[in-house]
Amino acid sequence: MDRVPILKLGNALLVTIQVDMHDRLATALEEDLSAKIVSSRAKGVVIDISGLDIVDSFMGRMLDNIAAVSRMLDAETVVVGMRPAVAITLVELGLELNGIRTALDLERGMKMIQARLEEGRDRDETLADVE
Amino acid sequence: MADPKYMKNIADIFEENDQALLSAWSDLLKTSGAGSVGAGARIKDAELQTQCRSFIGALKRALASDQATDIAGAGYQDVRDLLGEISHARAIQGFSPTETASFVFSLKEPIFDLLRKAYAQDGLALAEATATVSDLLDQLGLFTTEVYQRSREEVIVRQQQEISELSTPVVELWEGILALPLIGTLDSSRTQVVMENLLQALVDREAEIAIIDITGVPTVDTLVAQHLLKTIAAARLMGADCIVSGIRPQIAQTMVHLGVELSVVSKASLADAFALALQRTDRVVVKTRSLVKA
Repeated sequence: MDRVPILKLGNALLVTIQVDMHDRLATALEEDLSAKIVSSRAKGVVIDISGLDIVDSFMGRMLDNIAAVSRMLDAETVVVGMRPAVAITLVELGLELNGIRTALDLERGMKMIQARLEEGRDRDETLADVE
Repeated sequence: MADPKYMKNIADIFEENDQALLSAWSDLLKTSGAGSVGAGARIKDAELQTQCRSFIGALKRALASDQATDIAGAGYQDVRDLLGEISHARAIQGFSPTETASFVFSLKEPIFDLLRKAYAQDGLALAEATATVSDLLDQLGLFTTEVYQRSREEVIVRQQQEISELSTPVVELWEGILALPLIGTLDSSRTQVVMENLLQALVDREAEIAIIDITGVPTVDTLVAQHLLKTIAAARLMGADCIVSGIRPQIAQTMVHLGVELSVVSKASLADAFALALQRTDRVVVKTRSLVKA
């Protein structure tokens, strides 16, 4: 069966969806991703959906789930490159994906993750200073 | 009902009295105002003459053809084309339906005169021929009105499209900052256009912040607010932030009374929203003089 590849990039994981997502592929992705976050101790997940031009409510919910699972595993999810038509469809379906952070393209998404990591590092350093 | 027997005769009568018919008709058009050559002068005298001449010519050929009674048939193709062209042009020039239809109807009187002369001896034939011609011209007149109406509707549809496109421009205020000044009432179909334009512009210009300015929106009810929120949610999904600006005091009051809450960043003026957008993109506006001092 096809699987969506998950790439590790520094402290972040990169998922690029290039093919039409069907439901089983999406559930497989969710499983793979949560396993990979734990095994690679990633702090961020960037999902690039610029190749995706059809979504349904299942896909929308899947994105929400992935974000929730990642957050529980201490990784932040950023969805990047959503097409206008997809955004309109999701809004019309009533899925505003409030739990997910979004960025215009991959570059900005990665920057967002880096910013979060640096913030975390600063906090860790302050904690270390206190000790 | 139109009687084919008379068609040939009538065609012959036309042929014989070509010039007389033409001048009588165009004189009548001029005096009746259907051509509006006088005061309005929307059509030039020469143009009217040409139209009359080619119409009579086409009608003559149609009457002489085999299917002289059927105005929907192939014999009348030329007549229909010509009439369509004329009434389309008149619809656009702003003639009234009456004026347009009179172009055809006013032809009756000159023809009846001719028929009276031609059938002076035979009362029955005169009556039959008159009825035939009258019937024919009535149908042509109706056809004219139909084309006229269709042309007007085309104009209206085109204007509607133009208005909806004109009123939803997306402008780039600064690198990465877009503004969407909304003008006029927001309904579902317009919101759709607005949303699509904005989202496409976000992609094209790689913008992170969009300012939606509703200074030009006269009323904001629950439906409009919902449309706005949808647009903002869609923009957020694409990774862009929206700022709403230009909410007028009365509108703010109405919205609060209606219980509509815009759970988004809103600023009173476009200037404030722009300042915030600059700040978010790590930019700032300063006076040059204070720079020099520093």
